[in-house]
Amino acid sequence: MDLSHIFNSKKILRVSFYAVLFSLLSFSANSQEHATADTAHEPATAEHGEVAEKDEDISKVILHHIADSHEWHFFGNISIPLPVILLTDKGLVTFLSNKFGHNDHGTEIIDVAGTQLVNYHGKFYYPSKVKSADGTYISYDAKGELLNGKPLDVSMTKNVVSLLISAIVLLIVFIGIANSYKKREGKAPKGLQSILEPVILFVRDDIAKPQLGHKYKGFMPYLLTIFFFVWLNNLMGLVPFFPGGANLSGNIAVTMMLALCTFVLTTVNGNKNYWGHVFTPHVPWWLYPLIIPVEIIGLFTKPIALMIRLFANITAGHILVLSLISLIFILKSVFVAGVAIPFVLFISVIELVVGFIQAFIFTILSALFISMAIEEKYAEH
Amino acid sequence: MILLALNPLVSPDPGLFIWSTVTFLILFFLLSKFAWKPIVKALDERERSIEDALSKAEMAKAEMAKLISENEDLLKEARLERDSILKEAKEIKDQIVNDAKDLAKSEGAKLIEKAKIEITNQKLAAMAEIKNQVSSLSIEIAEKVLRKQFEDQGKQQALVNDLLKEVKLN
Repeated sequence: MDLSHIFNSKKILRVSFYAVLFSLLSFSANSQEHATADTAHEPATAEHGEVAEKDEDISKVILHHIADSHEWHFFGNISIPLPVILLTDKGLVTFLSNKFGHNDHGTEIIDVAGTQLVNYHGKFYYPSKVKSADGTYISYDAKGELLNGKPLDVSMTKNVVSLLISAIVLLIVFIGIANSYKKREGKAPKGLQSILEPVILFVRDDIAKPQLGHKYKGFMPYLLTIFFFVWLNNLMGLVPFFPGGANLSGNIAVTMMLALCTFVLTTVNGNKNYWGHVFTPHVPWWLYPLIIPVEIIGLFTKPIALMIRLFANITAGHILVLSLISLIFILKSVFVAGVAIPFVLFISVIELVVGFIQAFIFTILSALFISMAIEEKYAEH
Repeated sequence: MILLALNPLVSPDPGLFIWSTVTFLILFFLLSKFAWKPIVKALDERERSIEDALSKAEMAKAEMAKLISENEDLLKEARLERDSILKEAKEIKDQIVNDAKDLAKSEGAKLIEKAKIEITNQKLAAMAEIKNQVSSLSIEIAEKVLRKQFEDQGKQQALVNDLLKEVKLN
C-alpha cells in the first residue's frame, strides 16, 4: 500500500508505544482477572477473603471511574446530580439523579410518576416481582444473565455532559478562529489562530492530501471535525477534575459512533471501482465463494478496528493511571506514592502523546478508508 | 457477543450512542458551515496570495535583471557612440587644423610672394629713381666739372687734341 511513506518514520515510535501500553495493560488486566478469580474461588478463607475483597474494590473503583455515571463526582460526598431521562414502557420519565438517594444496590424500589424502577450499579431496571435472596429486586437466570427489563436510558450522563462541553468548546474555538480569519483576511495569524493553524494545516497536508489527493477538499470538514473532536476529548479525559475526566473517547459507544460515521461516509462515497473490488475481485472465478465473503467482512472490520483501537488505547491509558494510583491503596503505604506518582506522571505524559497520535490515526485511517472508496480505477496489478 | 455482554466496558450504551450521534452530527454541520469552510478558504486564499506574491517577486526580479542588462547594453552602446563621436570630432578637428595650417601656409606664401614682388618692384622703382638722381647729379656734376675745366681755353684745346689722338688710333 502507498501508506508506507507516511508511516515509515512514525511506525517504530508507534509500535513501541503500543508494545509498552499493551504489555502494561495486559499485565493489569491479568492481575484483575486473578483478583476476581480469587474472590470467586476462595471467599470462605478469612484473610484471603479480605485481600481479595480489597483487590476487587480497587478494580471496581477503577472500572467505576472509567464507566459512565449519572452524577459528576468531585470528591468525598460532593457531586453534581445530572438529569436522568428514561424512555419507559409507560412513557418518558425524568428526574435528577440524586432525587432518590444514592442507593445503587438494587435493594430499593423507586417510584417515579407511577413507574417502578430500581437502581442497580448505576443503571435503572424494572424491579423483579419478588425480592431475591440477597435483598435486591434483581434476578438472574441459571446462566447468570440479568432477567430484569430495562428502560431506554437517554439520560444526560457524565459522558453526555462532557460531550456537550467539548462540542461547545469546539464550536466557540473554531467559529472564533473562523471569524478572526475573516477579520484579518490575508494577514498573519494571531493568538489562538496561530496555535491551531499548524494543526489544521497538519490535518490538511499530512492526512487529507496524501490520502485523498485532489479530492481532499470535500472531506476536509469531516476529517477536521473528527480529528479535533477525538483530540479534545482525549485531552479532556486526561484532566482528572471537572470539566474533564469523563473518558468519553474511551467509551465504546462514542468510538462506535465515530467509526460508524466513517463507515457511512465510505459506503456512501464508494464508487464502481470500490464495489467492483468487493463483488468482482481480480481472482479466478472459482475463488469467488471464498474471496467475496472475506471482502464483505473486510468492509466491516475496518470500522470495527477503528472503534476498538481508539476505545482500547484511551481506556488502557486511564486504567494504567488509575492502577498506578491504586497501588498506594493496595500496598497501604503512603511511601508507595514516591514511586507511583512519578510513574503516573510518566504515563500521563505518554497519554498526552497518545491522545494526539490516536486522533491522528483515527483521522488518517478514516481518510485512507475514504480514499479506498473513491479511488479511480488504476492499472491492474 | 457473550464477551461483549459480560463486561460493561465493551457494551455500547444506547443512550450515550444516541446522544453522541446527534451531538456529533450537529457539531459536524455547524463546524463545517461556520468554521471549516471559512478557515480552509482563508488558508487557501492566503497560500495562493503568498504564492502569487512570490511568483510576482520572482518576475519582478527577472524584470529587474532584464532592465539592468538592458541598461548595461544601453550604457555600452552609449559609451561606444561617445567614443566614436569623440574620435570623429578629433578627426574633424585635426582636419580643420590641418586645413587651416595649409591655408595659412599657402596664404602666407602668397603674401610673401606678393611682398617679394612688391619689394622687387619697389627696388626697381627705387633703383630707377636712384639712377635718375645719379644721372641728373652726374650731369650736374659733369656740368660743374666741365664748367670748371673749360674755363681755361688751353685745357679745352688739349682735350680736343687728346680725343683726336684717340680717334686716330682707332
